[in-house]
Amino acid sequence: MLDCRAVATLLEVRNLKTTFQTAAGVVRAVDGVSWKIEEGETVALVGESGCGKSVSALSIMRLVAPPAGRIESGEVLFRGRDLLALTEEQMRGVRGREIAMIFQEPMTSLNPVLSIGRQLTEGLEIHMGMTPDEARARAVELLTMVGISDPERRLAQYPHHFSGGMRQRMMVAMALACHPPLILADEPTTALDVTIQAQILELMRDLARRLGVAMLIITHNLGVVARYADRVNVMYAGRIIESAAAGELYANPRHPYTLGLLRSVPRLDEPRRERLAPIEGQPPDLTRLPPGCAFAPRCAYRVARCEEEAPQIRPIGGAGHHSACWEAERLVKDLAA
Amino acid sequence: MSEALLEVSDLVKHFTVGGGILSGAAGLVRAIDGVSFTIERGETLGLVGESGCGKTTTGRCILQLERPTGGRILFEGRDLSALSVDELRKVRRRIQVIFQDPYSSLNPRMTVGQILAEPLKVHGIVPEKVARPARVRELLAQVGLAPQHARRYPHQLSGGQRQRVGIARALAMEPSLIVCDEPVSALDVSIQAQIINLLEDLQRRYGLTFLFIAHDLSVVRHISDRVAVMYLGKIVELADRKTLYEEPLHPYTRALLSAVPIPDPDVEARREHTVLRGEVPSPLRPPPGCVFHPRCPIAVDRCAAEVPALREIRPGHCAACHLA
Repeated sequence: MLDCRAVATLLEVRNLKTTFQTAAGVVRAVDGVSWKIEEGETVALVGESGCGKSVSALSIMRLVAPPAGRIESGEVLFRGRDLLALTEEQMRGVRGREIAMIFQEPMTSLNPVLSIGRQLTEGLEIHMGMTPDEARARAVELLTMVGISDPERRLAQYPHHFSGGMRQRMMVAMALACHPPLILADEPTTALDVTIQAQILELMRDLARRLGVAMLIITHNLGVVARYADRVNVMYAGRIIESAAAGELYANPRHPYTLGLLRSVPRLDEPRRERLAPIEGQPPDLTRLPPGCAFAPRCAYRVARCEEEAPQIRPIGGAGHHSACWEAERLVKDLAA
Repeated sequence: MSEALLEVSDLVKHFTVGGGILSGAAGLVRAIDGVSFTIERGETLGLVGESGCGKTTTGRCILQLERPTGGRILFEGRDLSALSVDELRKVRRRIQVIFQDPYSSLNPRMTVGQILAEPLKVHGIVPEKVARPARVRELLAQVGLAPQHARRYPHQLSGGQRQRVGIARALAMEPSLIVCDEPVSALDVSIQAQIINLLEDLQRRYGLTFLFIAHDLSVVRHISDRVAVMYLGKIVELADRKTLYEEPLHPYTRALLSAVPIPDPDVEARREHTVLRGEVPSPLRPPPGCVFHPRCPIAVDRCAAEVPALREIRPGHCAACHLA
């Protein structure tokens, strides 16, 4: 059946490169990645520490700290407009208003000496031109929406009065304050306990669906991705090495790294295995990446070519599935056997 | 396998907070409120729960890093609180710890070789200086590191390699019990499985006993023989691995298991989730009756009035719930 909904691209990242100058050399944190998010869609950016997933989000928001950090090249098209070409003044109108961000550790991203109320109303007054009274009414509405009880009283409190879960609810409220069409959530629940993590993720999903907000979830947790994402981009050493619809990626991984990740985690829904199957070796040293595929030193499918030539991401097996692996066809055949 | 290496009975640890000139009246944090369990020689007991449930404090009491407010800890049949300082020093050597963050628990100014040689010297395990480098190499090999790693500093190693050094340091003391406090939660997913396999290999080879403290229920299921679930300073359920994960009796255990997302979208789409209301109450003012009742999906009136005892519902399966 034809899907008649008009699908419009909300954000398109094209060939983005971001580097950091460090004492040990230049780190190519994001090394030429391209991906997009459609309106209302939830996309996950998955990978381990240092893979470039957070720097991707910071680059979109143009929050990469100079002079060490620099966006070298690429385009970030938001509804067709290149954010990298905007002036800083114009960019301030985008942050919070068009694209909001939720961080892992809410305590460090909330201002400890401003009341909860002020932190919510400030953006509303600046971005939305509301009067203090209007902004206050909207703040009460927002706190209610994210499930914080007794919102009137809460407005006068400070972040340290809030528990970790409530602070993250507050971050969700702040992100939604100006009705942005896109939220970037960087490890939004990693610092939280598992029962609170479930509450926050359910809340984010319900609100995103209800308000039609698109989301980029940045995480290392494969379970969170499976429950909440429509599409997944897997990153390794600054590149996207696999991308597919969530169901397709988990059912038919087409990159040895993704396969290795999925096989290395113990699963509660499966019989206990005698032994876990780890990915051998160490994570890559970003200042000394090999000339070929960055995953080659740890890869079970490595051939001579992998050490010489970095594979580009390419379509494998249809259904919008992409993989950056010379040996993807062999891997597919192995998994089918 | 029936001899208890560690026997913890009715362990209580309270902390006093406040009471200063500025901070107002003193309050009592009931970090551990009557915890009992045993670990048999060669066994792994998993201790799970969310932050603030008392699992780490339990480990610290066993390590004698905290002085318990009440209760008894028997290690190899001897009451740790009844030992003299000298005796305790000797016994305590056989209880080692592996911490979550190897970076903050390794001295940044010492090489790996020095970090591993120091306990050999201090505790007189290898008294002759010339013999120590060989023992250090042996320890490195046991945890899968190369001899040249002895010359490196902690910051020159990856997270997984640092945790291997942490494990080697624990092994240096030739322990019988190792308290593993979130040993893999700071590591990347691809490295976690390496470290878990290593711990299992070492356990088999040296007959080690583990108290494995963690919040990741999938990892705990993989590594543990028996599992205890803690909530607000108490054990709410304790059973062998299979029973606990397949037939959990306590509503908190059920909720925890249901909250863990499974890395498979098809499974996730079919699963039912019980999302718990509210948050863990403050241990300064634990609720009356069952401490879990304000969040419990099946609580009845009795739960708010009467503290449920941890009782054996079926052989080897204990739960603290009136409705179990």
